[in-house]
Amino acid sequence: MTEKTESGPGREERPGEGGPERLFPVSATELDRLHIRLVERAQDEELLDVAYRTIDSPVGPLLLAATAKGLVRVAYQREGFEAVLDTLATRVSPRVLESPARLDPVATELEEYFTGTRHSFDLALDHTLSTGFRQLVQRHLPQIGYGHTQTYQQVAALVGNPRAVRAVGSACATNPLPVVVPCHRVLRTDGSLGGYIGGLAAKTALLDLERAA
Amino acid sequence: MNEPFEKAVQRHGATVLRVCRAVLGAGPDADDAWSETFLAALRSWPDLDEATNVDAWLVRVAKRKAVDIARKRARHAVPTGELPEQPSRAGIPGAGDHELWQAVAALPERQRLALAYHYLGGLAHAETAELIGGSAAAVRRAAADGIKALRQQPSFDEPRRGADR
Repeated sequence: MTEKTESGPGREERPGEGGPERLFPVSATELDRLHIRLVERAQDEELLDVAYRTIDSPVGPLLLAATAKGLVRVAYQREGFEAVLDTLATRVSPRVLESPARLDPVATELEEYFTGTRHSFDLALDHTLSTGFRQLVQRHLPQIGYGHTQTYQQVAALVGNPRAVRAVGSACATNPLPVVVPCHRVLRTDGSLGGYIGGLAAKTALLDLERAA
Repeated sequence: MNEPFEKAVQRHGATVLRVCRAVLGAGPDADDAWSETFLAALRSWPDLDEATNVDAWLVRVAKRKAVDIARKRARHAVPTGELPEQPSRAGIPGAGDHELWQAVAALPERQRLALAYHYLGGLAHAETAELIGGSAAAVRRAAADGIKALRQQPSFDEPRRGADR
């Protein structure tokens, strides 16, 4: 990608008064209004492949992204939202637009979860971002009930591959739908936390939240 | 193009709106041209070559969409004895910049288009000449004349005075 530069062809003869950006200001309000219209049109014409928004949560800002099939990504800020969007563009489709309204139902369920009133999610999920054994494990994880935990070893046994403990670990570590697909409920056999895509503080916070409810 | 389309909207949305306003007047037609431009761009986005200069490409798409809308507007024009009331194409009064947009709208067409595609859209004189006809030198003169005419406008310098206060 080439960034806008002032040294490109044709730019050298712009008058020095401060350029079009200052002389012809465009307000953020106007652009927001046009953006909303664009998202609506894109959706009508089935050109909106990935819609996303960010929300605030007790475990920090989260990025939510959905395809026509369902929720495809929940990301923690430490993963880098820019990097997450770049990956979605490459792996799913570059037709990516910010669309808060489209993610409203997801935001609502997450808010209910974080206030302790929701114990399971009722959302369509798009598992496109994981394949094979990892996806098999991730599809199993919602069966671990709210407030309960399992060990990596137990999960390996339940998906029919008791020796695949390390593979279960990496399936949890690469879960593209954390919180909604509860990889935070999987612990080491000795009861220690193991890893977490959102950091250990986030994993602890989620486990504490579920214990308290 | 593998980049999220949202980035292109954020980076180039304002530029495209300025171009549409200079070509069609600051009003609903310019808004429509903006929407049509980004919708067409979204459609083509996955097939667009990574090496494309997105800024210039969008300005060219905007040019086509503005021409479409201007044609549509001309087709719907009905000769009449009295002027009907119309939504202003001069932007929102009180927005601060509407006088300057009116001055742009009052420029001779070639000056206005040279200003739109070269000065606001950032295309080179030669690229602008391809879009609006004539030579690069003629486009250069038209753009310079347009800027000179705008300099007569009191609002042309307003932002600077505001910033010094």
